[in-house]
Amino acid sequence: MKLNERSVAHYATCDSPADHAGFLHKRVERHHHHHHHHHTTSYHRRWFILKGNLLFYFEDRESRDPLGLVVLEGCTVELCEAAEEFAFAIRFDDAGAKAYVLVADCQTAMEGWVKVLSRASFDYMRLVVRELEKQLEDVRKSLAACHKSPRKSSSGRKRHFSNPAMAGYIPAGASCSDHDGGCSKPPPLPPRRRLAAGSGCGAPATGLSLTGQESPVSPETACFSKLHNWYGQEIAEIRRDRAVKCQEL
Amino acid sequence: MRYSERELLSLSRQPAEKAAEILMRAPKKGSVLKKRLVKLVVNFLFYFRTDEAEPIGALLLEHCKINKEEENVFSISFIEEPDRKYSFECDTEEQCQEWIEALRRASYEFMRRSLIFYRNEIQKMTGKDPLEQYGISEEARFQLGTRKL
Repeated sequence: MKLNERSVAHYATCDSPADHAGFLHKRVERHHHHHHHHHTTSYHRRWFILKGNLLFYFEDRESRDPLGLVVLEGCTVELCEAAEEFAFAIRFDDAGAKAYVLVADCQTAMEGWVKVLSRASFDYMRLVVRELEKQLEDVRKSLAACHKSPRKSSSGRKRHFSNPAMAGYIPAGASCSDHDGGCSKPPPLPPRRRLAAGSGCGAPATGLSLTGQESPVSPETACFSKLHNWYGQEIAEIRRDRAVKCQEL
Repeated sequence: MRYSERELLSLSRQPAEKAAEILMRAPKKGSVLKKRLVKLVVNFLFYFRTDEAEPIGALLLEHCKINKEEENVFSISFIEEPDRKYSFECDTEEQCQEWIEALRRASYEFMRRSLIFYRNEIQKMTGKDPLEQYGISEEARFQLGTRKL
């Protein structure tokens, strides 16, 4: 099967950053072209570079072109019971595809590689992107909804903000703050506004919409940054009102 | 460069993002248009003779440029050799545009940029890193501002 090898090699060696890199010992095929059929296991030390779902290996770190490539799709990465310590294997769902046995220099290196290779597939990345895309949409919708509810009783609220010291007021009950490293407990999941065909891998616990009972200064409002945004919006509006009033005078 | 035909073969059998019979021309001078079954699977474009089960070849779609050419035609070229083009002639302009769209989004690098963008936006709006729940927030490949985009 042909492959655009020149472009692939260029992708491997160009200056786009690698996702992981390091030396590993790669097990060689057990059958050697020796007169005596010694089934000895031998390894070659290679420089490995992971880019996306492709694992490249080079003769050494300074080599200009990759020796080879492993396509990390439809595979699992697992620790393996080899004579060597710190060994792991890349095995394919397709039994006909040859597995790779790799040996790291130490426990940390091995764990690092196993972790990163297990998540290298295109599908994994696609899953995460779709999830974040959905989260962003939800966040945008809930912030838009959040800006609508204050309109209902605006007169009462404006009194708060005539005093600039009130800006950034955080009610005592708010359970979330930027400064202590984020919420200790995620806010409760909001009811879904639209009917989704399926929630896929489950909605993340980052529900941010305000319910009818919540106001920016009530203890139920869980997230500081949402408060922050809300106050920021109000203040901008007040500034605009004042600017208009100044012009009218 | 060594690669496993078997790995590519298994991949070519996976469900495709998109597949169609399209006229394809190789970059070599004097190539003719040939009808091929073209199949997009993850960041690879496989092409088959229309009556065969195994692909003749595969194109890794990283660091490539998808160009609109004349009517119904698009091309794929690679960064290091921009004049060397694989040409594809579709049945309709609509089909041509659909393929261009799909191929431009097909690279792992495109997905990575999208992820970094969404992560950044969510972080700006909520003050929280959405990748923390996956335990992958420290991975080099997702870092903001450290990649050449």
